[in-house]
Parts: sequence; structure tokens; C-alpha cells
Amino acid sequence: MTENYTALYEEHKKLGASFTDFGGWQMPLKYSSELAEHHAVRNAAGLFDLSHMGEVWVTGPEAGAFLDYALVGKLSAIADGKAKYSLICNENGGIIDDLITYRFGDEKYLVVPNAGNAPTVAAALAERAASFNVTVEDASAETSLVAAQGPKAEAILLKLTDESQHALVTGLKYYAFNEVTVAGHEVILARTGYTGEDGFELFLPNEGAASLWESVAQAGEEFGIVPCGLASRDSLRLEAGMPLYGNELSLERSPFDAGLGPVVALKSKEGDFVGRAALEAAKDALPKRKLVGLKGHGRRAGRGGYPVLKDGNVVGEVTSGQPSPTLGYPVALAYVDIEHAELGTALDVDLRGKAEPFEVVALPFYKRQK
Amino acid sequence: MAKVAAELKYSAEHEWIAADGSGPSVVGVSAVAAEALGDIVYVDLPEVGSTVTAGESCGEIESTKSVSDLYSPVTGEVTEVNDEVVSDPAVINTDPYGAGWLFKVTVTEEGPLMSAQEYAEANGGEL
Repeated sequence: MTENYTALYEEHKKLGASFTDFGGWQMPLKYSSELAEHHAVRNAAGLFDLSHMGEVWVTGPEAGAFLDYALVGKLSAIADGKAKYSLICNENGGIIDDLITYRFGDEKYLVVPNAGNAPTVAAALAERAASFNVTVEDASAETSLVAAQGPKAEAILLKLTDESQHALVTGLKYYAFNEVTVAGHEVILARTGYTGEDGFELFLPNEGAASLWESVAQAGEEFGIVPCGLASRDSLRLEAGMPLYGNELSLERSPFDAGLGPVVALKSKEGDFVGRAALEAAKDALPKRKLVGLKGHGRRAGRGGYPVLKDGNVVGEVTSGQPSPTLGYPVALAYVDIEHAELGTALDVDLRGKAEPFEVVALPFYKRQK
Repeated sequence: MAKVAAELKYSAEHEWIAADGSGPSVVGVSAVAAEALGDIVYVDLPEVGSTVTAGESCGEIESTKSVSDLYSPVTGEVTEVNDEVVSDPAVINTDPYGAGWLFKVTVTEEGPLMSAQEYAEANGGEL
């Protein structure tokens, strides 16, 4: 497996992180206790290194039209300074990746795919760009991404920005971004995240990453910010009901199976796009299984790959699951046969040979108070 | 680095056992294992009166991230289990060699065990 290191690797080592391989990247799993990191994000703030994520720039006169063709959403309709969640599918409608696209202007967009998929997505975009007047540039290797997430994230960023730019921070809406100077670094500051809390993601060139990381950590100290690894990132996104590529999303799943039908712009896009024909058909065919949330009645968690049972028969499979640190009971995402996917349905999860009671519940499991 | 308590013996599966010769031996998991598992949220221990077998699974330890078998380092009869860790499994993380002990067993036969020194060398712990 390829071993990639982010520009913040030495920072993580200094902080005593335990590392894990994720998508070919050596990433911090946790620094101290993943539960403490999780609670810090819910109650104060957490600092994440997300530099393993990809950054692909799409520029040129046909940038919008190209993205409408290459992705399933209508990216040309995003307003300047706004971001949109979308998917890139293959011709069969299978999901290659889920990604966020940021629009800087008519001719300039930034596409952010997942770490392990970044090379595949960059290659697919380059290939699909052949008949468009656009340039696709994979800047993943040179770009760092740091996230400050949690209710105190805004206060921390205000400490690090000049007063003249405070409105650019406080006025930033969810899924919007501005170019702001944070602790002396020119960053792209986006109000996006993967934790279910308010928070920000900061893109900048690798050279400034360590200095920015230290500035945010220092400024956040009085607010209780802690560095957070991928373990807490996973438990936070699960509570927020957000899918993880490789668990809930894959080439074998259509967006409709995953409950992401609204992301597919079949109606609003008139032109062809990659996967359109397959997705038109998938939309009308009722999926056999759909993604649901499960709440455990006991203390034990269902884990990815565990069978979901109804009266002893397998009717589904858990894709992600663990005890919810915030809610205090086990939660799981699972693909379940459509006839057992109704809210309130009592199901069991086969926990290594023992059937434990779970119930289909609404997603997300956790929603922050606004 | 995770601590390895010098006065204990260890199995390859990361359980420790303490015997002072005056009765049943105490079994727990090493700090090395507790740290690798992450925050422990559930433990399933063998029942009092049951027989455990060296090298065989006798329970489960579940952390936020994973589930692992608990392997007995010895063969014998379980005389007591630590109810404290069942109700508050986090104690295994905070005090694996003390309050986080798991069960007591009357040993009839030991499995292959290592000294603290050997275990620390093999698993990167600190004596």
C-alpha cells in the first residue's frame, strides 16, 4: 500500500498520536482518548488534519458545463462562494465517490474527493474533460486541509482573523466559503464539515499548514479545543448520519439505494451526464434494499458486515456501527430489505452469533441544537 | 508508551496474570492492549464457576472501534469476576493493572506465559 504523509505528520507525532493507514495515508487515529475527542467536538471544538482529502481544480470557459456532465448534480447552478455535495458515478450508475464542489466563479471550481479515491476521481475528471474547454488540475499533493469543528470554532477563528474580516467569518453560511487571512495565512475558509456540528474547513498550501495548525491549537486552548483523529471523526459523522465511502457508498450501490436520490439532477439537467441512462432506470426500479438507521436496545454495537435479521432470517447488513458517545446507545447504518425498512421496525443484529434487538430509526441519530 | 507492570506474567494475547501463591490468580488485559483497543465500552466476562481454558476465548472486549475476544492465559475455574468493570468498562483503560482487573481463577494449568521483560520487548511496552 502506498504510504502518504501529510504536511502535518510531524505535528501529530509531537502530539503523541497513534496512527492508522487510511486510503493509503498515514493518519492520526487518536491522540488521547477518542471518546474525549468526540465529546470535545460536540461541546467545545476539535482540530482535524484532513489533508488526505483530494483537491482538484476545474478551470476554463466550460467549467460549469463540464461538471454538469462529469458529476450527477447541477454544479453550474451553484452560486459563487457556495459549495454543493455531489457524487461522481460510472456509466452503470455506481458511485465512484462522493465529493464537495466549491464555486469560485463561472470558470473556476474546486472539487474535493475522498483521500483513497482522489487519484481515481482526478483521472476520471481528466478523461471526461476531453471534449470540454477546461483544465483539470490535481493539486492534492500540494494542498493541506485543516478543520476546526464544534460550537467554539467560530470564536476561535475570530481570534485569528483581523477585525476587518470578522464579517467574512460570522456571515459565512453553511456550505459557503470565503478567502480569508487566518493567523497570517491566506486560506479558503469554508463552513463545511463531517461532524454534525458547526465548523470550518481551511484549505491552504502545504508550506503554511504546520504554522496554521499550531496557531489554531493555541488560540483554541482557552475554548477547550483538542486535536482529533479519524476515530472520533468516524463516530461524529456516524451520529450525524453521514455516509462514508467504502462503507455506505460503493460502485455496487446506486445513489437511490443510499438515499441520495435528491443529489441526482435528472430533472433539472437537460443534457447528458455520465451515468444518466442507468440512473434514470434505477430511479424507477424500487431498490431491493435501502440505507436505514438502527438504534440498539442493548449495550452492544453492530459493526460493519454484521447481518441484520428479522425472525432469524437475514434481511440486511450493517455498514457502519458503534456505540454512540453522545447518545449513549449503539447506532448503526445498515442496508435493509425495503419491506423491513419502515421506521419503528424491530430487527435484530447478529452480534457474532447472538441476536441483539435493534429498531429502525430516523436519520440523523444526532442533530445539533441551533 | 504503554506501561508493562513488572510483577506480572503475560500471554501472547495480551492478558496478564498475577499469582501471589495464596489463592486464586487475578487476570486482566495489558495496558498495551487497552491502548490499542481504544476506549472500552463493554466487557463480557466468564461466569463464576465456569472453567476457562488456556488460549481459548472466555469473553469479549468491545471498544468504540472494535470487538476482540478475551483469551484466558490459564486453565482453571473462575472464582470471581470484577463487577466494577462490567458496569464501568472505562476502568480497564484508566487502571488496567489495578481496578481494571477482570476475573480470578483457580489455576490448574498455565498456558505459555512471558515475563514482563519478554512481553515488553515483543509488544513495545515500557517496563
